[in-house]
Amino acid sequence: MTVDAAQTSRPFNYARMLRTLLPALSLALVLLAIAWLNPRAISYLGFTLMLNLAIPIALVTIAQMFVITVNELDLSIGPFVGFVGCVTATWLTETPLLGLAVLLGAILVYAALGALIHLRNLPSIVVTLGMSFVWQGLAILILPTPGGKAPEWLMTMMGFKPPFVPFPIIAALLIGLVAHFGLMRTSYGTILRGAGGNGQAIARAGWSLLRAKMVMFGLAGLFGVFSGLALIGTTSSGDANIGNGYTLLSIAGVILGGGEFVGGRVSPIGAVIGALTLALAASSLLTFMHIPPDWQVAANGAILIIVLAARVLISRREA
Amino acid sequence: MADDRTPIVTLGGVEKHFGAVHALDGVDLSVAAGECVGLVGHNGAGKSTLMHILAGIGMPDAGSISIGGVEQGSYTVGLAQRLGIRCVFQELSLCPNLTVAENTHVTHASIRGIGWRGRAAALVVHKLDEVFPGHGIEARDVVADLPIGKRQMVEVARAFTVTQDPLKLVILDEPTSSLDAHTAGQLLAFVRRATGQGISCILISHLLGEILETANRIVVMRDGKVVASDRASAFDRDRLVTTMGGAEQHKKTVRDTKAKVRGSTPVRVSARPKLQADAAQLIAHRGEIIGLAGLAGHGQTRLLLDIFNASSRRIPGVEVTMPVALVAGDRQTDGIFPLWSIAQNIGIRSLKRLRRGPFVASDLETQFADGWRQKIGIRSPDLDNNILSLSGGNQQKTLFARALGSDASIILMDDPMRGVDIGTKLEVYDLIRAEAQTGRTFLWYTTETEELGHCDHIYVFRNGCIVADLDRSELTEQKVIQSSFAEGAA
Repeated sequence: MTVDAAQTSRPFNYARMLRTLLPALSLALVLLAIAWLNPRAISYLGFTLMLNLAIPIALVTIAQMFVITVNELDLSIGPFVGFVGCVTATWLTETPLLGLAVLLGAILVYAALGALIHLRNLPSIVVTLGMSFVWQGLAILILPTPGGKAPEWLMTMMGFKPPFVPFPIIAALLIGLVAHFGLMRTSYGTILRGAGGNGQAIARAGWSLLRAKMVMFGLAGLFGVFSGLALIGTTSSGDANIGNGYTLLSIAGVILGGGEFVGGRVSPIGAVIGALTLALAASSLLTFMHIPPDWQVAANGAILIIVLAARVLISRREA
Repeated sequence: MADDRTPIVTLGGVEKHFGAVHALDGVDLSVAAGECVGLVGHNGAGKSTLMHILAGIGMPDAGSISIGGVEQGSYTVGLAQRLGIRCVFQELSLCPNLTVAENTHVTHASIRGIGWRGRAAALVVHKLDEVFPGHGIEARDVVADLPIGKRQMVEVARAFTVTQDPLKLVILDEPTSSLDAHTAGQLLAFVRRATGQGISCILISHLLGEILETANRIVVMRDGKVVASDRASAFDRDRLVTTMGGAEQHKKTVRDTKAKVRGSTPVRVSARPKLQADAAQLIAHRGEIIGLAGLAGHGQTRLLLDIFNASSRRIPGVEVTMPVALVAGDRQTDGIFPLWSIAQNIGIRSLKRLRRGPFVASDLETQFADGWRQKIGIRSPDLDNNILSLSGGNQQKTLFARALGSDASIILMDDPMRGVDIGTKLEVYDLIRAEAQTGRTFLWYTTETEELGHCDHIYVFRNGCIVADLDRSELTEQKVIQSSFAEGAA
């Protein structure tokens, strides 16, 4: 008797479905364009090469997504990835224990930033903008000129060639599923999302908002570290400026993947797809379109505007 | 099994101050097991503040709280939960981005581990079936997708679900405000069943009929105090209204104006609220002071903003013939420019007159502001001081000076006297009357029934509509309260 009462038909929300499918649709569109421009790219080797840098971008997008879930924004994640890269290419190779300690410490700093932002009621944009210079400065101190060397084990891991399916696709799937399970399916993940949706209600039910913010920023730090490791494992050497473009890419990836800046509405799977789309559109597609490197950065920006505008238009129809 | 004499909750001499405002002034309240207490009172009587304290959200400045006969030293939300006190707040406390089942986990931390979602869903849906049969809500619905009435239903049902903590007392703050008559009836019937099983309820409602039907005992609050507490059968509508309104309601501000005949001066504003189904509309003539009354948030501010917007673009149903100025009620967010000086804050609405070429002439601005300082009595040594150097009352005077100094002949006032001391109020009342004599029209939304005595004509609002249209000669506080609270069958 309990379920039957609820079996009323309700109008199907097409705009909602469109929004959910938008990340997948835009990825399909980019893939189609690539297939049309260069059919040979759609192959095991092609994907392995094109999605080379997609793993660190997917990881950094998930990191940003954690912060956006609790209605904050992290402008320091790009330089942070650069910092992690420099630590990885130097200390983690030469003195692994020191390297590990520094990376763990960096994650704790992230959690502390979450606490600071919550307790002092500071705008996260200001705090993380400041921190971006701190991470950048530290990175330059550690590695003044590009160089260093990635640890062997890391390069082996990133160079893994599984049969049939290219490694980046498996990795992206894994990242998306882990984040989805943790944030969308577990009971504490629900509380974390609720903290973004109606923080007051969560606090009134007796949960700690401070803890929620610290967990989310700590997770952002953790995934930022993963992203830096993956990046250095792929490029094999470090550079203090290597992650600078990642801040905006990560924000764009989250939004493209169906997330909202406020209200705790995010989608980990969508965010990973958004990251893959951006990774493909940002380099491979433009190269296949024979756009000269000088113009690629600007073209990149144009693609971002178009894709995000489409996303906003669809959300508006839904409302 | 519960003895009717055991008090679940006892509050003794609870006080709460916000600055100089005494929101609660020594309140005693006790609720017995299985009792439904109806709590009524006008806006700002302190009901919500009291309930926040009972739910552990606000700390009282003085007084004691005992739950189940044990005095609570440091009382918090978490402790209230564990002791079995739940609250359905007026402002919805669901997370809109979560599903119904996920929201259930928010208040039931013990639902966790594998399969938690299914257990939370079963718990809340079962309770929804019990309280609102035929509700049509699914556990996997995202709250943001539900209409407001259904959200309210989820919230009520969730408050009555039980896992590991006991359920002793549920506070329902305006639970029926967004429910239709049918579901409201279901809820009230459920409340009667629940109290029959020994669960206590505190029911806050502006619908007096609900309170009289459902509650065993009624507590009336006024100005932060409990003014009456008796069996529900000892009350009827009229006695409730009189008790809420206070005894001094017949003392009216004596006014020297002769009873003006309405319509002898040209119409300045005519406006129909968007939700108004019948032909009633608000009319304001030249030189009139029009009062907008009713409970807070029943469409008065909305209509004032529509009138304000109608002066610059077309708004259907609203006609405005002259320039308009608005005095904001929430001055911190809508009124003052906190980084500017007093003179700049006064002059902003009249910049056209203070210009030389494309620039604002600071001497003209100072001169203009100084004229108004004297006229309205802003107490400040220097108008170049920052606006925040003024007291709240003087900040409000600055906003009046901004509006009255402008070219507007229609002045809209959005409950401008909130938190203003009585001395300033009296000065401003005189000023308004004097300005109305010179032909300005005032539209005055106020939550203080006393202030309506200054108006020539009063419109009472309920649920976004005009429900009563009173001339000053017909005005009594009782009538205003009566129509603010009127129900369909009143």
